[in-house]
Amino acid sequence: MQKKRWTFRITGLRILMIALVIIAALICLIRFIYGLGSVTNLSDQWPWGLWIGFDLLCGIALAGGGFSTALIVHVLHKDKYLPIARAALLTSLIGYLIALVSLFLDIGRWYNFWRPFVFWGFHSVLFEVFWCISLYTVIQILEFGDIFFERVKVYFPPYKKILHKIMPFLLILGIVLPTLHQSSLGSLYVIAANKLNPLWWSMIIPFFFVWSAFFLGPAMATIEGTLAAKTYHRKPELHVYSDLTKVTLWMLIIYLIVKVIDLSYRGVFSSAFNGSFESNMFLFEMIGFVILPIIMYAAPGIRTKQWGVVTASVLVVAGVIFNRLNVVFTGMAKSLGGQYFPSLWELLVTIGMWSALILLYCFIVENFPILNKEEHVSDRRVSSGASIRA
Amino acid sequence: MTSKMGALVDVTRCIGCESCKVACSLYNGLKPEQMQESKTTPASENVELAVSRWTVVQSHKFEKNGEQIRRFVKRQCFHCQEPACASACFAKAMQKTPAGPVVYNENLCVGCRYCMIACPFEVLKFEWDKPFPRVLKCQMCPDRIEEGQMPACASVCPTGAITFGEREKLVEEAKKRLAEKPNFYVNHIYGLKEVGGTSWLYISDVPFGELGFRTDAPEKALPEYTWEVLKWTPAIFVGWGAILTGLYLYNKRRAAAHDEEEMYAPVDPD
Repeated sequence: MQKKRWTFRITGLRILMIALVIIAALICLIRFIYGLGSVTNLSDQWPWGLWIGFDLLCGIALAGGGFSTALIVHVLHKDKYLPIARAALLTSLIGYLIALVSLFLDIGRWYNFWRPFVFWGFHSVLFEVFWCISLYTVIQILEFGDIFFERVKVYFPPYKKILHKIMPFLLILGIVLPTLHQSSLGSLYVIAANKLNPLWWSMIIPFFFVWSAFFLGPAMATIEGTLAAKTYHRKPELHVYSDLTKVTLWMLIIYLIVKVIDLSYRGVFSSAFNGSFESNMFLFEMIGFVILPIIMYAAPGIRTKQWGVVTASVLVVAGVIFNRLNVVFTGMAKSLGGQYFPSLWELLVTIGMWSALILLYCFIVENFPILNKEEHVSDRRVSSGASIRA
Repeated sequence: MTSKMGALVDVTRCIGCESCKVACSLYNGLKPEQMQESKTTPASENVELAVSRWTVVQSHKFEKNGEQIRRFVKRQCFHCQEPACASACFAKAMQKTPAGPVVYNENLCVGCRYCMIACPFEVLKFEWDKPFPRVLKCQMCPDRIEEGQMPACASVCPTGAITFGEREKLVEEAKKRLAEKPNFYVNHIYGLKEVGGTSWLYISDVPFGELGFRTDAPEKALPEYTWEVLKWTPAIFVGWGAILTGLYLYNKRRAAAHDEEEMYAPVDPD
């Protein structure tokens, strides 16, 4: 069995996820025929809902692991983190593809999607976001091409040659572009100066967005590494996760300090304690998802344990999601008025989308060299070497 | 044309006849059922703009000097001097014309609705039930203005509540009216400074907050906020890129070579 075969193990859970993807695709079909109003609860008061607030804003943020890992591993050359580098790149790539699909689904006049490439509305934050996300996705696909051709041995030498020549350039562009658009996703709300609650609105909201997308990276790598280890009966790379907490810990502390300074500078610090719904949500965000993880990461007794590092990482990731949802929904609710809660169809599309992400991830790690080889071999019978690249 | 056109609405002169609304619907060919609906529900406090209602007249009841009074407010797009929607649009579908109107070009629109998030007055409405929806709002009849005519709504107002003209002159006119009756009018021209100024101006004898106007609009033009952030983009691109290149080259010299092909492998799913 020397020939590599494409494999995809079918389990009950995977059949369920495939079904969810099909359901989502059918709902998308209805949306394209009858318009957004037919499946979503969006309204003139709530023009952006679940697909933008969660799938796009959170999806891109969660994919932040790609650029923070690229910076740590390939620019700073912290080689001990190499084992997670490819997995981070893969998650990031799939995350961006999902976000782009969501965006395409959400825009009304989708056949016009290419217009901003031609009509340069450069005064718009969205213009920058659009260009950076598109370019960065292309770069990630090129980077992934390197891995792709390790597995698919077609005779295609110029690609690898050219790719290796321009790889440093791609790597650096692949950090600069996400830095720009991660921050710009926050800048989108700068123009909502009289709409977004001042607890979240700030002229430096772009800093908060890019900073949190960056420190989320190691936490995301921890969670996803642990999940992959569980799924494939491997040993989680605990020492890598524990080491990475240092990055997140310091960045969280700086995040908290800048947040406090920013609120005080704008004179809205006291409104965090005025007991309103917004202030409670804000305090919950800061205490539960920033201060608590700081304490957990700072305690050696917690961060060196598998349960500890995973729990703290889950809090960090949940905190970034919570922050984005607070910006899109909680902070805007008062000025927009009315109510929005995603419809069943919107939720099903989102669930299908994320199921597709998981399925794609599983397929790729089972067929391409993504995860660390050594850990794999040490934990498995060596006789299964047939599945390892010839 | 150098002077930007605008309109001045004197709330105290409006009698709520809704002629402006009918003229708007007819001229712009908006859906007629909305006009029937307006017969059964006359001007009311909560009537909102919609895809087929580019202008509405809202009615507000007040107690003033022990007397029941009613005020009618014509609402439509304010046509900001520096429109947030146009600055938010990444496809140039929203544009401020030199004559003053902020107009929408559906052929360029992507349908992302960022303009709706950006609009400080929430006047933009979306065709949620169409497969290829448009963003609709008052266009200020740009064709009529081009021909030297007033917008449809202003041309039919029987009481002179809407004055159309060059914005600068309208500001003078508004100031004159406030100066003539300082005890009658609220000393504020709404739209003079809000979000950097709007083409449509309002004066009233009732505080604007009570008439449903947003009183939290900053005086700074909203696109300026964005620009203060966005202007750093090229610097960050070049600067951050240079720092990363430096770090990359510095660390590369010291780094050990790895054969990545030997490091990773597909996992065995069993």
